Amino acid sequence: LKTVEEIKAAIEAAVPGAGVEIVPNPSVSGQHSLRLAPSHACAVATFLRDDADLALDFLSNATGVDWPDKEVAEKVKVARTVTKTVDGAEQQVEETVEETRKHIVPGCLEAVYHLFSIARGHGPVVIRMKTVNRSDQVQLPSLTPIWRSAEFQEREIFDLFGIVFTGHPDLRRLLMWDEFKDHPMRRDYVEPDDFEYEPTAHDDVLKRAEAHRAKLSAAVTGQEGAGA
Amino acid sequence: MSTLVEEKDKLPGWNRPPVIAPDGDGELLEVAMGPHHPSTHGVFRMDVALDGERVIRLKPVFGYLHRNHEKLGEGMSYLGSMPFTDRLDYMCPLTNNWAYALAVEKLTGQEVPERAEYLRVILGELTRVVNHASAIGFLIQEMGASGTPLMYAFKQREKILDLFEALTGARMMVNYMRFGGCRVDATPAWLADVRKVLDGLPQFADEFENLLRGNEILMARTQGVGILRPDLAVNAGVTGPMLRASGVNYDIRKVDGYGIYNRFKFRVPLGDHWDVYDRFMIRLLEMRESFGIIDQALKGIPAGPIMDPKAKLRGFRPKPGEAYGRIEGPKGELGFYLISDGGPNPYRYRIRPPSLINLTVLEDMCLGSNVADVVLIFGSVDIVLGEVDR
Repeated sequence: LKTVEEIKAAIEAAVPGAGVEIVPNPSVSGQHSLRLAPSHACAVATFLRDDADLALDFLSNATGVDWPDKEVAEKVKVARTVTKTVDGAEQQVEETVEETRKHIVPGCLEAVYHLFSIARGHGPVVIRMKTVNRSDQVQLPSLTPIWRSAEFQEREIFDLFGIVFTGHPDLRRLLMWDEFKDHPMRRDYVEPDDFEYEPTAHDDVLKRAEAHRAKLSAAVTGQEGAGA
Repeated sequence: MSTLVEEKDKLPGWNRPPVIAPDGDGELLEVAMGPHHPSTHGVFRMDVALDGERVIRLKPVFGYLHRNHEKLGEGMSYLGSMPFTDRLDYMCPLTNNWAYALAVEKLTGQEVPERAEYLRVILGELTRVVNHASAIGFLIQEMGASGTPLMYAFKQREKILDLFEALTGARMMVNYMRFGGCRVDATPAWLADVRKVLDGLPQFADEFENLLRGNEILMARTQGVGILRPDLAVNAGVTGPMLRASGVNYDIRKVDGYGIYNRFKFRVPLGDHWDVYDRFMIRLLEMRESFGIIDQALKGIPAGPIMDPKAKLRGFRPKPGEAYGRIEGPKGELGFYLISDGGPNPYRYRIRPPSLINLTVLEDMCLGSNVADVVLIFGSVDIVLGEVDR
């Protein structure tokens, strides 16, 4: 099997402007991956499947990863002018100060695909794609038209992570029921207070249920009071 | 349900199931097979549209057994997930253990001692025998041969489960493998017991095969039914005996040679009619190859430690990175994809379930066949709902 660098070069030769980026993997597994630009992903994927040397005809695993917004603290050196008393006289002195700055790295959703070649017996080649953010721009191109094995797996990613695959022929929830609203595999998913569906509430759930009932009855008496 | 029939193919060119035009007056009957249909061995539903007896459309519906295993895995330590892998495909817990251990070993670079590798092979192949025998038993059961073939399979399964119990303490929920080895060592007496059971297995396979192979009803019901073209099988990510019954020579034991599989001599049986009968025969033949592998492993097993001395069970924190490890499970390629952020829990814990992905082609195989054959085709895929829904 070619190295990721060679595959990247081959892709760039075949698909101009593909915008492939190598994502190094520091673990001992050495499975480095290629990040594709969503705009060219279908062309690149078709190339990977049909190229005679690579012949990655088998998409084994497709999955999502959630990367929430992360606050990163960075130490930066800043030059500034400080007023100091030197030898009894006030002076303006240039000084380098170390400052901790915090900024937020915006999060994204990622789809990861593991490709193997049945024809040539090599693999895995890992490709991944990133959404713009986690809220409104979560579209990625579907690879189902190229590898049918992504059909159910992309439905699962859509279901559990909320990535919308454009071009998927049948994008519905796979594991959760159709009326379900949230995406449970996201890191910030909060389980709903669905205690009323639990036949025998106990512990935490019972406490939440009681609090909820108290709130409801308070609201009801409040309304009655307002009406009278 | 009404969308089931009206839904036309939205994309040209993708490898989609063919559209079958109903004949006659075009009135279709929509049936929900499941979630309590006896052929599904669990909770699984197929929404089927029928024109008389012919299947026009089939949509599988999942999720009845969904418990978000992957989310649970992110909330506990690496080792904490090991007992939970038993519950994925509960017919073959030991191969699930093995796949997970292999993925973590890829992530951390732990070495597995010789003796542990041999034990893994012996247990993995015994699991394959259990799975294939039961799968055939269930398939014939669904065809209407109530009880007898399944009980033949279960008789052997009991013997092998007794071996598992003697070694691990549990028949099914074994929790046996560890990152860098196995949990407990096998005694010489246990290995002798394996030999005793193994000696009886070829006779069982002969008996089982003679009972079924030439049976007229079985041949009439399964030959030429549920054909899966090899190009579609590859494109749809079908793996395991299903793929090899479609004539594609791809066995991860040969391709990856994970563990110590490249030391053993075994053949990879392939089908050339691509139908349900081939899937049944492939499982019989693979079982026989497994006997050979167990035999070689019993002869070659060395003495020595069963755990990597550097392996850490408590305070286990792999370096940041990711790894995908896979094995040839009895049902197909079972893979685990792990991302570590340097913490004690995996950042991402993903299972590649062969049962779910093999079902991608269920509709393609069933279209145009009789509704009674759907049960057989579904049985020949060999799934366990614990793994499909996770």
